[in-house]
Amino acid sequence: MAQMAAQHVMRPISRKYDEAEHERPVEFFDVMWPVIKDQYKKRFSTNGNGSAPKNGSTPKEGLNWSLLRLILQIEALSWGDAGIYLCTPNPGLGGAAVDAVGTPEQKARFLGRFGEGDMKWGAMAITEPGAGSDNSSMRTTAVLDEETNEWILNGEKIFITNGKLSLEESNGFCVVWATIDPNAGRAGIKSFVVDAHTPGVSIAKQEHKLGIRASDTVALHFDNARVPYENLLGSADVVQKTSKGFKGAMKTFDASRPAVAASAVGIARAALEFTKETLAKEGIKIDPTKPKHKLTAMERDLMAMEAKWKGAWLLTLRATSQLVHGTGNRLEASMCKARAGEAVTWITQKSVDLLGPLGYSRDTLAEKWMRDAKINDIYEGTKQINLLIVARAILGYSRKELQ
Amino acid sequence: MLEFRPDDEQQMLKTAVHRFAEEKVRKVFREAEEIGKIPADVTAAGWEIGLLPTGLPEQYGGFGEYSALTNALAVEEFAWGDFAITLDIMRPNLLAVPLMLDGSDAQKEQYLPLFCDEKAPHVTAAMTEPVIQFDPRQLNTTATKENDNYVLNGHKTMVPAADTAELFLIYANENGQTQAFFVPANTPGMNVDKRAKFMGINALPTYEISFENCQIPAANRLGGEAGCNIDRILTHSRIALGAAAVGLMRAGYEYALEYAKQRVQFGRPIAQNQSIAFMLAEMAIDIDEARLMVWEAAWKLDRGEDVAYDATIMKFHIDDMVVKVADQALQTLGGYGYIREYPVELWLRNARGLAHMDGMLIA
Repeated sequence: MAQMAAQHVMRPISRKYDEAEHERPVEFFDVMWPVIKDQYKKRFSTNGNGSAPKNGSTPKEGLNWSLLRLILQIEALSWGDAGIYLCTPNPGLGGAAVDAVGTPEQKARFLGRFGEGDMKWGAMAITEPGAGSDNSSMRTTAVLDEETNEWILNGEKIFITNGKLSLEESNGFCVVWATIDPNAGRAGIKSFVVDAHTPGVSIAKQEHKLGIRASDTVALHFDNARVPYENLLGSADVVQKTSKGFKGAMKTFDASRPAVAASAVGIARAALEFTKETLAKEGIKIDPTKPKHKLTAMERDLMAMEAKWKGAWLLTLRATSQLVHGTGNRLEASMCKARAGEAVTWITQKSVDLLGPLGYSRDTLAEKWMRDAKINDIYEGTKQINLLIVARAILGYSRKELQ
Repeated sequence: MLEFRPDDEQQMLKTAVHRFAEEKVRKVFREAEEIGKIPADVTAAGWEIGLLPTGLPEQYGGFGEYSALTNALAVEEFAWGDFAITLDIMRPNLLAVPLMLDGSDAQKEQYLPLFCDEKAPHVTAAMTEPVIQFDPRQLNTTATKENDNYVLNGHKTMVPAADTAELFLIYANENGQTQAFFVPANTPGMNVDKRAKFMGINALPTYEISFENCQIPAANRLGGEAGCNIDRILTHSRIALGAAAVGLMRAGYEYALEYAKQRVQFGRPIAQNQSIAFMLAEMAIDIDEARLMVWEAAWKLDRGEDVAYDATIMKFHIDDMVVKVADQALQTLGGYGYIREYPVELWLRNARGLAHMDGMLIA
């Protein structure tokens, strides 16, 4: 299904929405929304309390196969168009946060709406101008107004995928991370669900980007935005000044990093297939019976592209398999993300290189894939941040010991 | 395999081989390299683990459970211990696996039981030739059919244990195709020449051998009339070499990791510097990536798929990776990495050889 949509719905409009930045790929929305809606409808009718379907479709085995399905879907849709894939009408990263730390009541309230009505989006806001990779130094504040029992949010958030779609163009929501005590560091950081059309929340800017131009990326401004007390994600004890809430955010990365890696791998496959097909027409192809010294530079590059694609995909599938089996994957999630981001960056650049003026031309998609690819080396933790996580894990070092 | 980890039985084997590598191989490998000789009892003990007979068909005395994946797991652990010693322990495979894959019934009956014995048979194989542009599919050594005989001519190098081997498998070019031939030791026309010297794997005695109108019966051609499938043999070899590369990389990485945590400069362990820590992180990812690629190719091979393409792509990728990782391990140790008192320089020398060892290791 995903590969079909990628080929027949996404590819034909891929160039169009790259050139028409900030316009909405409605053709894609119309195909995806009924599918998403149906999924959520089923989930919340069979599982009314909205708890995440931990056991997926095979509860007997205790394995969550839906996660593998999701990863395969992301790979296929990103093969179609990574920017358009990102604006799939669904709860997105915000949904992942709700699923990771939300109470059953919160899950029903925020995710249940995706099973009914008009199409919607979810988003997540962590990054701030002064808090990128170091997101524990965020400045956005949440102060409890004890009279009305509401949280009052103030601050700036940037680089929010689907921020406008979720908050202005649909009845979605955005999970916003803010501190309830700026002096408490990580312990003060909590997450709040901000509903669409909440007064005091405004879109400060729509970004113009190198790639994934079809994807909606905005900056948000919070000016005394009021959020009900029960929109603080998690159970009541989250309000205690422990780093439990922050750790919840980090937990969502265990699933979102393989997802980003899968997206990277999908773009890499697109570039690899197109390059191989195009070069094959010129008689250039990989012959496994040739010794190294008889390979042309182009053939060697093609082989390296293929190997790096394969390696990145296997690392991604391993981290996913660990998710399915419920074994820890913090290290492996960062491994696949770091490697896939780097691999897709290299593979797509190589593709433009090998295809010459044709690769550089906006008449084909190769140059677009190169621009789209780069984001995977950056978001959900830059390659360097993920290497830092890998390094700490293998060395057994704390954040203090390896900064 | 879906879980991306060995099953229980495979894990037991892996553990047993690792223990052997740690307790036996690691005790002797450095001296073996310096003196150019592997203690016979170590190779014998490696054989006793019984990897090869497990895979051979039951009718010849084996257990009929051949698995490229299981073998890859074992080879990684052996090679973690030492690469040259791995090549020696796995030497009987150089005949047994091609025999199992392509041998005629008569050949299997004649030779395969040799490999199900308590002691390893003295056998070896010769594929590599002393040329710059070596191509296992276009060999310079020739085999010409004359009546009921084959006549071999040419030069080989990197032939392990040619001085003591009783039976050789010689790869040669017959009308543009690579075929393999059984040649007993002391066959007239086959000469064991000088010991070959390489940058690494010096613990393993390897030799140059030459053929001058060496006549052997036509029945000695592997596979008889049908001949052999060199692509498949190379695929098995590349998967085994890939697995060995993973073991080699892991040896260097683990050593460098421990060193970086112990070595204090500027008042703290050097591992606390991102320049070192990131290098180690990249090495760890490289190793996992390489291992998964080896596993995938081996797994597909076990399912009966043709994986010549996968194995070639994988091997070329890992050839580069193993040198990079061994080099980074050495770099982590700085000056000490260059000193032969430490093992890391040997791992770099061995790593560089992997690209040139098609047919030297088969599992």
